Amino acid sequence: MGLDGGAPGGDAAPMSGISSFDAAVIGGGVVGASVARGLLGAGLSTCILDEGDVAHRASRGNFALVWVQSKGLGMARYGAWTRASSDLWGAFAAGLRAETGVDVAHQRQGGFSLCLSEEELEKRRASLLRMHNQPGWIPYPWEVLDRAALLPEFPGLGPEVVGGLFCPLDGHVNSLKLFRALHISFAARGGAYLPERPVSAITPLSAGGFRIETPRGAVEAGKVVLAAGIANARLAPMVGLSAPVRPQRGQVLVTEKTAPFLRRPVVTLRQADEGGIMIGDSAEEAGLDERVGLGVLSVLADRAVRMFPAIASLNVVRSWAALRVMSQDGFPIYDASGAPGAFLATCHSGVTLAAAHDALLAPMIARGALDADMAPFGAWRFDVPQVA
Amino acid sequence: MFRRLPDPPAPPIPFTLDGEAVQGAAGDTVAAALLALGRAACRDTAVSGTPRGPYCMMGVCFDCLVVVDGVGNRQGCLVPLRPGMAVQTQRGRRETGR
Repeated sequence: MGLDGGAPGGDAAPMSGISSFDAAVIGGGVVGASVARGLLGAGLSTCILDEGDVAHRASRGNFALVWVQSKGLGMARYGAWTRASSDLWGAFAAGLRAETGVDVAHQRQGGFSLCLSEEELEKRRASLLRMHNQPGWIPYPWEVLDRAALLPEFPGLGPEVVGGLFCPLDGHVNSLKLFRALHISFAARGGAYLPERPVSAITPLSAGGFRIETPRGAVEAGKVVLAAGIANARLAPMVGLSAPVRPQRGQVLVTEKTAPFLRRPVVTLRQADEGGIMIGDSAEEAGLDERVGLGVLSVLADRAVRMFPAIASLNVVRSWAALRVMSQDGFPIYDASGAPGAFLATCHSGVTLAAAHDALLAPMIARGALDADMAPFGAWRFDVPQVA
Repeated sequence: MFRRLPDPPAPPIPFTLDGEAVQGAAGDTVAAALLALGRAACRDTAVSGTPRGPYCMMGVCFDCLVVVDGVGNRQGCLVPLRPGMAVQTQRGRRETGR
């Protein structure tokens, strides 16, 4: 985007020789940093090639849920993958804390969806029923709660709330602290973080591996992992892969920090560990436009106040928009190239899936191939003739 | 730390600070009145509990937060002092709905 802060000559790449790594991860957001940390854990020397401060950085704008209850209608494997990550999250957070001293404030005490009309509740209930009735679904607990059942959890519940859904696997985290902890861990494990290096070309080498070109010099790596969010759409064809992803804008409001009033997160509203109340969950098709708009923000605020009237008097201190990385069906894409060594990881739930990316996906990449049960996530599913 | 300029004295404005009867002057904001009373700190921060006081005096820094007439997190530098106001130290986070 227009503002290129990179100063010519400053922070230049080494002039003599090309840096070489076992693995290069393209993209230094939560997805890239989680995979890169896992690759270091598997013993691979690893670099992250990142853009600069003006990158479209979903990792700095997301809503920070570690969310299970609504994930997987249309792909049972995604439900299981999400559940697996959610199960791994506690150990993941503890590991980050031990290694970096950063408490990412992970909590997993369950989460709610609240509905403001019977139709809304019925729609959500029916959708979850369909999801849990899919072939190959691995069951987990969830329940529909009427208003009376919600009141003990939410004493200040607004009169329009008719009911909601609860799943004990849901949780949340401080995603800015997660982002920071991942990078501290990456550096502590000996990873090389290389910012201001938007990738312009990836070329397979005859002896195996890849040469990756950036404005600040090239690096060579035995494996390359594309974890560049929206930019994966541009990068994937360079290694014979496909990543049909588009940006989907989400807008978020946050209030001033207040005394604890929400014990557990609601999918549209949560109280962060430090007290601010985040309100979000909008979705718009707006290209690369990262601006906020009063129309969407006022709908978010209105629904939040109808759920919890007490927050009406709070001051909103910030609002922002960020771009989700959305595939055509909304599910992640994990893929590996025909010529060995290039991998693709792209999703819109980088926080929820961070633990799986670190502990499950990265070891597969280190071994050189995705496990057979990852096949449903391949981009082959978007190729109609091939699927038919 | 601060003392008033030797201008012709403005009419005094009585108010309470944490329940104690005190005085500011006409034209003061709440933050200015607290500084003139020698109260450098008017709140404890929400995360670490560190004492903080008015800094920018123009609505930007949010360090002058106080409870005014029962409403928390008011920016003292943007609230004109009025007779009879009840001003309290903001202890950490504001209560939701108060």
